Formats: sequence, structure tokens, C-alpha cells
Amino acid sequence: MSAEIVASITVLVLSIFLGIELISRVPTLLHTPLMSGTNAIHGIVLVGGMIILGSADSDLEKVLAFVAVVFGTVNVVGGFLVTDRMLDMFKRKPREKGAEPEQE
Amino acid sequence: MTLPLALSQNVIDLMYVVAAVGLILGIKGLSHPSTARRGNIAAAIGMTIAVAFTFASPSIDSYWLIVVGIAVGSVIGVVSARKVKMTAMPQMVALFNGVGGGAAALIAASEFHRLAPEAGAISGETNAAIMFSALIGSISFSGSLIAFAKLQELVRGAPITFPGQQLGNAAVFAAAIVCAVVGAATEDGIWMVLLLVLALAFGVLLVLPIGGADMPVVIAFLNAFTGLAAAATGFELDNNALIIGGTLVGASGTLLTILMSRAMNRSIANVLFSAFGKAPAAAPAAAAGAAAAGQTVREISADDLAVMLMYSRQVMIVPGYGLAVAQAQHAVRELADLLEAKDVAVKYAIHPVAGRMPGHMNVLLAEANVPYPQLLDMEEANPEFPRTDVALVIGANDVTNPAARTNPDSPLYGMPILDVDRAQNVVVLKRSLAAGFAGVDNELYYNPKCAMLFGDAKASLERLIEAAKAL
Repeated sequence: MSAEIVASITVLVLSIFLGIELISRVPTLLHTPLMSGTNAIHGIVLVGGMIILGSADSDLEKVLAFVAVVFGTVNVVGGFLVTDRMLDMFKRKPREKGAEPEQE
Repeated sequence: MTLPLALSQNVIDLMYVVAAVGLILGIKGLSHPSTARRGNIAAAIGMTIAVAFTFASPSIDSYWLIVVGIAVGSVIGVVSARKVKMTAMPQMVALFNGVGGGAAALIAASEFHRLAPEAGAISGETNAAIMFSALIGSISFSGSLIAFAKLQELVRGAPITFPGQQLGNAAVFAAAIVCAVVGAATEDGIWMVLLLVLALAFGVLLVLPIGGADMPVVIAFLNAFTGLAAAATGFELDNNALIIGGTLVGASGTLLTILMSRAMNRSIANVLFSAFGKAPAAAPAAAAGAAAAGQTVREISADDLAVMLMYSRQVMIVPGYGLAVAQAQHAVRELADLLEAKDVAVKYAIHPVAGRMPGHMNVLLAEANVPYPQLLDMEEANPEFPRTDVALVIGANDVTNPAARTNPDSPLYGMPILDVDRAQNVVVLKRSLAAGFAGVDNELYYNPKCAMLFGDAKASLERLIEAAKAL
């Protein structure tokens, strides 16, 4: 077993505990933004896709990795934007009537 | 073509730590609505740092394809995120979740292809990580697409079942595992192809039999899967940003899955494998039985209800799945405005599984401009009911059934419910007396305190608004 894998497992285990701590503090009010926000976060696979695509040797690998990069980007960009749109709606006080220019 | 600004791997790994801090702050911000938006921006900045510094990675020799891929993905992402309606949020999340899982599976396949020609070249750990992310990523991809199709009503939302289903599914899953093991041992590409095909098939088979109203659990579950696939990709590539990001999502998806199942009073296995949404034949019989026992249901007109609401001190609105389906959140808000103008306190009691994904009802009401301090979760709402004049139940059923407290024979027994029967009056807006999702008759409707206003939630609310305006 290599030193890298031990370091990776350390990070994994600590992340599990960190994740449980963080998530259990999120109120039910925000569970949908939590889902779409974490959804955007797993778009970090994009970084993996970039590394694979940048070092691909064969055409097959390039095609697979290219699709992975497109998928990963959709995941990241779409996920963060949709979460932002949603969180923008959570207001403490009602918005003034007429002060709602954004018509979807 | 090499980027002139290639940095050493150590510098880049350090920047990945900075990126991970951003992602962590993103989830931390979600602990309160006032900090949530800033948190999301912190996570987006973290992600941007990770992507930007990956361009400077020494292992990348060509980057124009990456730029094209990111450009294409950004356009798709921006357009879909802008266009989606808040009611369609669950299927959007399912779709984004699916492509994330698909990306992880594709990376695994590509990496396997690159490493495999030299037999024995792949270390045991990398091999295990590749097989795991190929398996889990593919299941998440096809499962999420089916969840999307169901929520979008491209596929029948009701469970699709056939004889021998569970055995067949188990066989497909077992075959996928065998392919993963043989593929790891032989490093032959054909096993990877078989693994991907079987895992994709399993994802479809897994989600098809799950009913529409169980989707909150399924989406949370698939979210956890994609997170784990991303973490496994981190193991493949020795990348801490992926391990941390993926694991956080895995933890989040798992916790939400557990919370949702608990709120439905069922085990995760029961949700995933029992095709629960199939309306049992016993339900109409139970309703008939109650009617035969001399219990009657009281109807109320929209005009009478309007008067009753206008002269209340506190009204608690209990929205459910039916309100989301009828897209009546704006009508609810309009009614609440009219009541508040008459100094009636209006609050909303939200059960954890209301809507089509965890917390969905809160988003729908926030979209309709309801201030979030009025949105009470179950623990906050229940003590309020005895002080409430009218509990107005709109499109919710099982989560208000007192049998969950009182009748040990009921399948709902033990499920946490909203205690609407403790309010002074209960009025239920409902299409008909049909049983709820669990196929159980709701004894609340025979309670003398309870009155019914039959009809589509949105149409009933509009009649109610007209009546209230006329007062």
C-alpha cells in the first residue's frame, strides 16, 4: 500500500466526519438548495475530466474525456446558477410590490 | 501544446486545498438563509480556482479541447439553469446529478483504456477506484435520467413492475460486480464495456419501479452515489479536491436519504425495493368501511370558508404534494395577503417530505414571495396548532393522518405527522376522498372539527380568493 493511498484515505475519513457535521446543521428550510448546491460541488469531477482530456493518448480516450468535461461543466455551471437563483428567493421580509423586475 | 505557465504539481495541489475550503464554506453557509447565498458564491469561487489551476497542471499537454468542452458545457448549463421553473427543480437537480455521475464513469473508462495496454500496469488501489466509479457513476447516470423522465412525466410516474423484478435486478447487479472484478484482474477492455452496460441497465431497473412520490428519497440517494463516484475519481487521480468534494456530497446525500425515509416512516430498502406507490386495493374498501360505520364527511362552501378564515386570529396553511402538482403556490400567497390585510396571522407548516424533493415546498413558497420566517418546520409548527383557529390543509394527506399517533395497526403508525387535528378547525382542500399515497384512509376527514372543500387545489383557492375579496 502506497503512501499516497494512506494520505487519500486520511482525507476521505476526515471529509466524511466534516460532511456529517456540516450537513446536520442545515435547516430543513434549505434542503433543496443543499441538494442543488452539493450537486454543483460534485461537479468537481470536471477537474478529473480536464486532467484526463489533457493527457489523453488515443482518440477514444479523447472522446470519452471530452464528453466528461462537457458533462462536468454542465453539472458545475448549472448547479451553482440554479442554487443562486433559488437562494435569492429566500427573503426575511416580503419584497415590495413592483420591485420585481425579474420575470421568468 | 503545453501551456507556458505550467506550475509544479505541489503548487497546484496547494491550490486544490484552497478550492476545497471554498466548497466547505459553501455548505457551511447553508446553515442559515441569511448566509446561504454568500456560501454558494464561496463554493463557486472554490470551484473556479480548482478549474483555473488545473489548466496549469504539468500533466496536461493539450488544452484547446478542454476549452471547447467547457464552453459547450457552460452554454448548456447557463441556459438550462436560467430557464427552469421552480416546480421543475427536482428534475433539473436529477439531470445535473446524472451528468455528474456520467462524467465520473467516462473518466474511469478513459483512464482504464489509457493504463490497460501494459498488463499489470494499474495498481490495485487505482483499479478498485476505477471500477467503483465506473459502476456507481453509471448507475447514477441512468438512474437520474429515469428519475428525470418520471418527474418530467415522460415516463409514467407510477411504479413499473413485472414479475421476478427484484431477482432480475439483483442478478444484473451481481453480473456488473463480476465484470468489475474480472476486468480489474485481466485489465481487458471488454469487461469495462460490459460493466458499463450492466451498470447503466441496473440504474434504469432500480428507478423504474419507484413511485413518483418517493422521488425525494431517490434523488437524495442518487446524489450520494454521484458524490461517491466523484470521490473515487479522486482516488484514481490522486486528487484531494475531488476526494473532499465528492465525500461531502456523499455524506449529504446519505443523510438526506435517511432523513426522508424516516419522515415517511419507512426503511431505505423499503423505498427502493418495494414499489410502494402501487395503490393497494384495500384503500377504497377502508373508506367504504368508515362510511358504512356511520361516519360522515362535512363539506364547506368557499364562501363559508372565506368568512371563517377572515375572522380567525391565526391560520396555519399545510401545503403538500398536491399543491406542488397544481402549482398553486402563488394562489396560496394571494390568499395569505388578503388574510394578513385583515390582521390574521398566517403561517405555513411544512412536513419534511412535502413536495417532490427534500425542502421543495420551502422553495416553491419562497418563489411565491412568502418570507421564510413564516415557514415553520414540523417541530416548530406542532406546538402552534392548539393556538390555531383554522388549519388549512392543501393537497396533503398522509402527513396529517392522526392514525400515525393513535392506531398501531396503521401502516403509518409512528410516522411523524403535523398535528392539524389539534387546531380549533381543520379544512381540507382535496380533489376527492381518495386515499393518499400510502393507500390509507384518513380518519381526520371524519373528525367533527374537520370540513372538506372538494376540487382542484388551484381552482378551489381561486374561488376562495374571490369570496374573500367580496367580503
